[in-house]
Amino acid sequence: MTVSADISENESWFHRNQQSLAPWLFLAPGILFFAVYVIAPVFQSFNLSLYEWDGLGQAEYVGLRNYEDLYYEFVDRDAFYTALKNNVIWLALYLLAIPAGLFIALFLNQTVAGIRIYKSLFFFPFVISQVVVGLVFSWFYDPNFGLLNTIIGFVGLGPINVLGNEDLVTYGIIAAGLWPQTAYCMILYLTGLNAVDPEQIEAGRLDGAKGWSMLRNIILPQLRPATFIAFVVTIIGALRSFDLISIMTEGGPFGSSRVLAYYMFEVALSEYGFRMGYGAAIAVVLFLIMMCFITYFLWSMYREERGY
Amino acid sequence: MHSKMKQTVAAFAVAAAFAAPAKAELTGDLTIFLDTSNPAPRATMEEMIGRFGELHPGLSIETTVIDREAYKTQIRNFLTANAPDVATWYAANRMRPYVEAGLFEDVSDLYAEPEIAEAIASTKGALTIDDKQWGVAYTYYQWGVYYRKDIFAELGLSEPTTWDEEKANCAKIVESGRACYTIGTKYLWTAGGWFDYLNMRTNGFDFHMDLAAGKVSWEDERVKQTFMNWKELIDMGGFIADHQTYSWQEALPFMVKGEAAAYLMGNFAVAPLREAGLTDDQLDFYQFVKINPDVALSEDAPTDTFHIPSNAKNKEAAREFLRYVVSAENQTIINNGDNLGQLPVNANSSVDDDKFLNQGFDMLSNNATGGVAQFWDRDAPAEMAKASMEGFQEFMVKPDELDKILAKLERARGRIYK
Repeated sequence: MTVSADISENESWFHRNQQSLAPWLFLAPGILFFAVYVIAPVFQSFNLSLYEWDGLGQAEYVGLRNYEDLYYEFVDRDAFYTALKNNVIWLALYLLAIPAGLFIALFLNQTVAGIRIYKSLFFFPFVISQVVVGLVFSWFYDPNFGLLNTIIGFVGLGPINVLGNEDLVTYGIIAAGLWPQTAYCMILYLTGLNAVDPEQIEAGRLDGAKGWSMLRNIILPQLRPATFIAFVVTIIGALRSFDLISIMTEGGPFGSSRVLAYYMFEVALSEYGFRMGYGAAIAVVLFLIMMCFITYFLWSMYREERGY
Repeated sequence: MHSKMKQTVAAFAVAAAFAAPAKAELTGDLTIFLDTSNPAPRATMEEMIGRFGELHPGLSIETTVIDREAYKTQIRNFLTANAPDVATWYAANRMRPYVEAGLFEDVSDLYAEPEIAEAIASTKGALTIDDKQWGVAYTYYQWGVYYRKDIFAELGLSEPTTWDEEKANCAKIVESGRACYTIGTKYLWTAGGWFDYLNMRTNGFDFHMDLAAGKVSWEDERVKQTFMNWKELIDMGGFIADHQTYSWQEALPFMVKGEAAAYLMGNFAVAPLREAGLTDDQLDFYQFVKINPDVALSEDAPTDTFHIPSNAKNKEAAREFLRYVVSAENQTIINNGDNLGQLPVNANSSVDDDKFLNQGFDMLSNNATGGVAQFWDRDAPAEMAKASMEGFQEFMVKPDELDKILAKLERARGRIYK
């Protein structure tokens, strides 16, 4: 006796399994495109990183030699080392966007006349293109006519050439990147603050919480989802940093501002780049770094769903 | 009857083929990809193609102009996937990857034609790889020192010819509160120009080419000598400060405002300098000075070229187009002062009456006995060019790190040339 015998003869297989099939049907287009445009290229990159290929001729299998070269570049403190180091600096400093965004959001979360205008003005840098941000900051830093040198000139300092100094250049670009990223975090927190429960604030106030302890114990816990999203987008943003570097310095001076993403582009796709396999190897390293964070994000989301 | 008809047709066909070999009317499509995206060269090229079209009304020509920088990466795609019939590019090592991948058509037959062979012999070498020619040049230009004549007059200086005079001049210019040379090294290649000249003058053309081909160590004493000469100029404050932040265009105002006295550049710098208000009384040119008296003078003269991709569909028309491009009359027109303002590649065409073009033509014809180089990033393989030009930039900012930089370049050499 099978189960199907209980169901009337004229019901089709599809009808019987509708409940369990429907989600997969709806997911199918998404899964298909994700597999073709994301999953497959990941494996292709892995594969390509084992070859030496100039993009034109025959690809030659070289095993792990590309990774070996990367290792030696790391040991010799060459380009790969610089790129990796800069990526770490980016990751650490880019996170400043979160507290800065929170601060501005708290500051703007009040009802005064015209607050919407102020909010839009603060949000503005996120709306304009990264290319424009890069250009604006290049002029700001310009050693000749830049605003920065004019300002520090008033207090008798300078002139400094931020984008021409190999020790300052990465920090200069990160500062430019923080401008739009702070605005992004601000908007996340502003929406989060809208959802803060006024009754809890009221209760907290009755218990004598104010100022710092109110923020720490009542507001911040309720902003956890916003903080989580801000953290995710900032980490991903830091690892993807490419456009600002390309616009402001092209990785210079003498390669001291490149990060992994830019280095990969330089090696594989730029004017002087012909090493597809080597570029793929760098991309794999970048992917593994990202994978650490992505795993952490997925894991904490999973935990959240389970209700811990 | 039927077979007789066929014979007649065949006979006619043969007769026709013999009767008009060169005058055969070209038909079909001709697609041309150009990287001449700046307004002036673009107009010149489009006019030239227009004139070619009038000569061949049966041909339907389609021209695509691609941004000059974007072209450098796109060429890799379109040569394999969707090849035009004619494409612009650069000579020497810059075309090597495409020649080796079999993507450029061998056009040695054009160089064998009597009316072409003699006329464009001067650029033949730059387009030769493995004893075959892979394209034709359509223009080239000289490099040299463009300087402010009025500043030189004010300080009582004259055009130098030796390294000592050059340094003495520079010392006086620095004393007057100016920099001797403007330069913008953000995009690296400008420093390659300085290296080209210093190394060719210190060690000669052949040594320079050996270095580009990876046959000489970067830690060789002779290479160090080149950098030591360079260091003399850097140490006396010869170059403008913060050059690593500027593009070559952004470095022009220093010369226009008189904060720097000279610019080692290609002839294309003349047009923007004139537009910025410098007259021919203020602006002049001299050949880069002799450093090592035992070395014959050699020059940089980058050549821009046309090629036929191997995957082109209408190669017959493409060849006819190349013939037209290098013809004496067309060369005179496209390289005159109103158009490209550069030097024609055809020996029978005339150089426009412009003082810089005349000086450049004279210099390259009579005073470059050592040889003519393309440019560092066209003579050296792309990867080495990139790594070394980064090193040149670093050296110009931190001249004391020379040993570290050369060690890095030597490591790169070990990896790149196998």
